[in-house]
Amino acid sequence: MIQFDNVSKRYEGGHEALRNVSFHINKNEMLFLTGHSGAGKSTLLKLMMMMERPTSGQVFVDGQNLRGLPSRHIPALRRNIGVVFQNHQLLFDRSVFDNVALPLIIAGYQPRDIARRVRAALDKVGLLSKEKKMPVTLSGGEQQRVGIARAVVNKPKILLADEPTGNLDPELSAEIMHLFEQFNQVGVTVLIASHDLSLIARLPYRMMTLRQGQVVSGISGRPHD
Amino acid sequence: MTKPAQNSNQYARRKDKGASQSRVSLGDKLGSYASHHKLIAKDSFLRLLKTPIPSLMTWLVIGIALALPGGLFVALANVESVSKGWDGAAQVSLYLHKAVGEQDSRKLADKIRLRDDVAEVEYISAVQALEEFKKLSGYGDVLNQLDSNPLPAVIVVRPVDDSHANTQVLFEALQAIPQVEQAVIDLEWVQRLYSMMALGKRMTLALAALLSLGVLLVIGNTIRLAIESRRDEIVIVKLVGATNAFVRRPFLYTGLWYGLGGGIMAWLIISISVLWLSKPVAVLAGLYQSEFSLQGLAAGEVLMLWLAAGLLGLLGAWLAVGRHLGSIEPR
Repeated sequence: MIQFDNVSKRYEGGHEALRNVSFHINKNEMLFLTGHSGAGKSTLLKLMMMMERPTSGQVFVDGQNLRGLPSRHIPALRRNIGVVFQNHQLLFDRSVFDNVALPLIIAGYQPRDIARRVRAALDKVGLLSKEKKMPVTLSGGEQQRVGIARAVVNKPKILLADEPTGNLDPELSAEIMHLFEQFNQVGVTVLIASHDLSLIARLPYRMMTLRQGQVVSGISGRPHD
Repeated sequence: MTKPAQNSNQYARRKDKGASQSRVSLGDKLGSYASHHKLIAKDSFLRLLKTPIPSLMTWLVIGIALALPGGLFVALANVESVSKGWDGAAQVSLYLHKAVGEQDSRKLADKIRLRDDVAEVEYISAVQALEEFKKLSGYGDVLNQLDSNPLPAVIVVRPVDDSHANTQVLFEALQAIPQVEQAVIDLEWVQRLYSMMALGKRMTLALAALLSLGVLLVIGNTIRLAIESRRDEIVIVKLVGATNAFVRRPFLYTGLWYGLGGGIMAWLIISISVLWLSKPVAVLAGLYQSEFSLQGLAAGEVLMLWLAAGLLGLLGAWLAVGRHLGSIEPR
């Protein structure tokens, strides 16, 4: 589903965020990406969404080579990828419903379809009763679940999460992880960047560790530590 | 736009067996496209109303900038309507030498009447001229004191073809007649007025061009600020797959509303000014025995003004969006 071939990313100013990274994530797989902050986790996710382009090497997403993909095709690529951010990235001037509806409005769905799908997604994350609330009135965990509902409302093939449990207590974190597992069970390829080792080590999924821009372990099985 | 939606639906059908999934058909797409436009148009208008004072100020700035050339246009159109028909009255007045007697003068008038290029000849004797002058000037009593008539006899000649060149030829021929002391093309000043009006039109055009540029800059800058204040939102919608057109749309509508609002302001300013001036103008016209009344913008011209203002707004927004939106990318 996602494949990196010798991908390097050097930022202006010489910082080398990724060095010769190669890996392959299978369809319907759930995988954790770990490493210290600054190890290149975010860069890796950005390359998949074409928020950045690699300095060298090739990235494939859903069989599509992103190298040379013109900018006008980026929106189509991103509609196939749901993203969850640590800081939620919600729009605070509109309701929970409108936040979750955003990807559907962008994709040009009919209002009646939008309402149905938004409620299904909110139901999935347990926030159906809060659709009319403004995001500021929700707790951190609830805001994160709104972000997750928005990421999955368009039924993407791929779900990326960048530190989705970063600010949450262990109980809430486990809940969020369980949600991701549920999406994975219905066929979504899930990639979660997280440094919460105590949480992810307990889960039976592959783990990939980045150190100073290189894959150091775990690409084929369990992590060392 | 079609591809990803289809993909996700194909995917959905494969995975969620039995769940009712509606494919986004082309008709639905167009329908939701139109309803999205309506929504964005309304939303961007409501956004302007949410900050009424700044919006009103922008509308006023645009309105004043457009009212200046618009008002000049109205003024010129009024001058034109006053002077309409004057150019058809070009005539040559021949002032005869005092020594030429009444008989000879009439003979001369008859002779001129025979010319092919002359349509009409009117002879005004010195006595008639004095009477007329007494009546019109109101200096009758003073003039009565005079020992002799200071006025010469006049022959007024109207050419067949009153174009400028033709009148000039006739004028030169008539001036050469020995009995004529002085020949004058009457209403030469009308021609001067016309060239002044031609100049005025050009200046109005130049002013309109300059101020339109000003309006473009004002709207461009206002839109730039709007883009800045919605930077986070732009980043987020781009992250969830918004096309550039989708991101651009609300700002283009905002520009359109700024322009249209400014056009309506300009129309109000011009209309109120015309209303305010119409009374004194009517009084002035009355003094000249004229029925002239000040005319504002005609319905068609008002529509043109609004259309032009709206287009200016759209263009200004387009330029600002083109310059500033590209630099906002998710990082």
